[in-house]
Amino acid sequence: MTHGILMHEPDDDVGVAVADLAAGSDIGAVTLEGTPVGTVTLRAAVPLGHKVAMRDITKGRDVIEYGRTIGIATEDAPRGSHVHIHNIATKRWAS
Amino acid sequence: MIDPKDLQLTGYRRPDGRFGVRNHVLIIPVDDLSNAAAEAVAHNVKGTMALPHPYGRLQFGADLELTFRTLAGQGRNPNCAAAVVIGIEPKWTDRIVQEIAKTGKPVAGFSIERSGDLKTIEAASRAAKDFVHDASEIRREPFPVSRLTMSCKCGESDTTSGLAANPTVGRSFERLAAAGATLIFGETTEVTGAEDLVMELCETPEIARQFKAAFDDYQALVASQGVSLVGSQPTEGNIRGGLSTIEEKALGNIQKAGRCRVVDFLEPAHEPRKPGLSFMDSSSAAAEMVTLCAAAGAVVHFFPTGQGNVIGNPVIPVIKLSANPLTVATMAEHIDVDLSPMLRFEMNLDQAADAALRMLERTINGRMTCAEVLRHHEFVLTKLYRSA
Repeated sequence: MTHGILMHEPDDDVGVAVADLAAGSDIGAVTLEGTPVGTVTLRAAVPLGHKVAMRDITKGRDVIEYGRTIGIATEDAPRGSHVHIHNIATKRWAS
Repeated sequence: MIDPKDLQLTGYRRPDGRFGVRNHVLIIPVDDLSNAAAEAVAHNVKGTMALPHPYGRLQFGADLELTFRTLAGQGRNPNCAAAVVIGIEPKWTDRIVQEIAKTGKPVAGFSIERSGDLKTIEAASRAAKDFVHDASEIRREPFPVSRLTMSCKCGESDTTSGLAANPTVGRSFERLAAAGATLIFGETTEVTGAEDLVMELCETPEIARQFKAAFDDYQALVASQGVSLVGSQPTEGNIRGGLSTIEEKALGNIQKAGRCRVVDFLEPAHEPRKPGLSFMDSSSAAAEMVTLCAAAGAVVHFFPTGQGNVIGNPVIPVIKLSANPLTVATMAEHIDVDLSPMLRFEMNLDQAADAALRMLERTINGRMTCAEVLRHHEFVLTKLYRSA
């Protein structure tokens, strides 16, 4: 297991890949403060700077990063998923 | 963990009691027509710096007031030891001279009408020479961090900005605010999507109301131009980099404020009225924002960047911080603080803030920043609307 995910807040739904991460790999997550927060098995490849679901995110639910809502899940995103515009959307602008 | 109270800071005490970290003699043109004379004076007299710009004629109302405040603010800035002001005609020139003179520092004004460039250049050069002699004898002295005014703004942001560089500035600002420093942030447009968070950070409902009014004012301006921002953020580049929504982008930006409370709302180029973090209504364009911060009296600036914005400012040192390994490797000459170890888990947020505060201390004490060494002197006035 290698560390590869940074989390702004330990309770966030998503963490951020700090390198290109391969599907199927077990990746450790660490908070910005340097505290390990477990590992996750990636269900898809996640490029540097993109988000990983750190818990099961169900469709229709708010997605939390920075301890705040960054949007709403438009699809289910189980733990280890790549979270991006294909499964979350802004709550500000109706699309 | 560094407590900013323990930083050993030295600066130049000005007659108004504020401390500068640079010791400029500025040659300030009031208008575009006076750039040539101002630059000639700066060429004649070592140790001076001209601030050429393209405006100052036939402006009116709030736009003119902002130009006056921005120009006078450069002379008022504690990094300025003395100022020479040159304008085409005496009335507006004198307005700027009077504003600078309120700080008690040496200032002299010259107008070109009825003299021509050459006589003006001679007279202004003689004044500038005397100012340089005097400025060169001012010694640095220790000052407490509670007398420091500084600002921040990010640019060419990417996911590493929200992930590492902006939170590093935020953690540094939390500690600086606790130590009694005066701090400025802004970028009225860039907080779109997290304006509710900025309002929550405001110390009083009145400050939140003032912020929201400025925010709504800008949104109305955009709408009045027949432009819709819906769907414009995040940009294609942002999305490629991993940002999914405008909320996420804005939250990344606001990490620069850390958990600081917003203690005041400032109009553009207004000097802060109290210690702690103030929100200044300001453009998100890098050079405009940093110029407004200098006008407001910030003496040094934190500039976190992702993809590598190369901006500097003539009056205040701009410290660049980046956590993007590619930027740090390919644009090393522009980055003062390398935060890429954060992405390798070799540096946590507190250690990153320590690195930023150490570089702040060194910069205040005289270390020239990358932008200073590379002559990045971007001086850009914010124009509110077209001239008459």
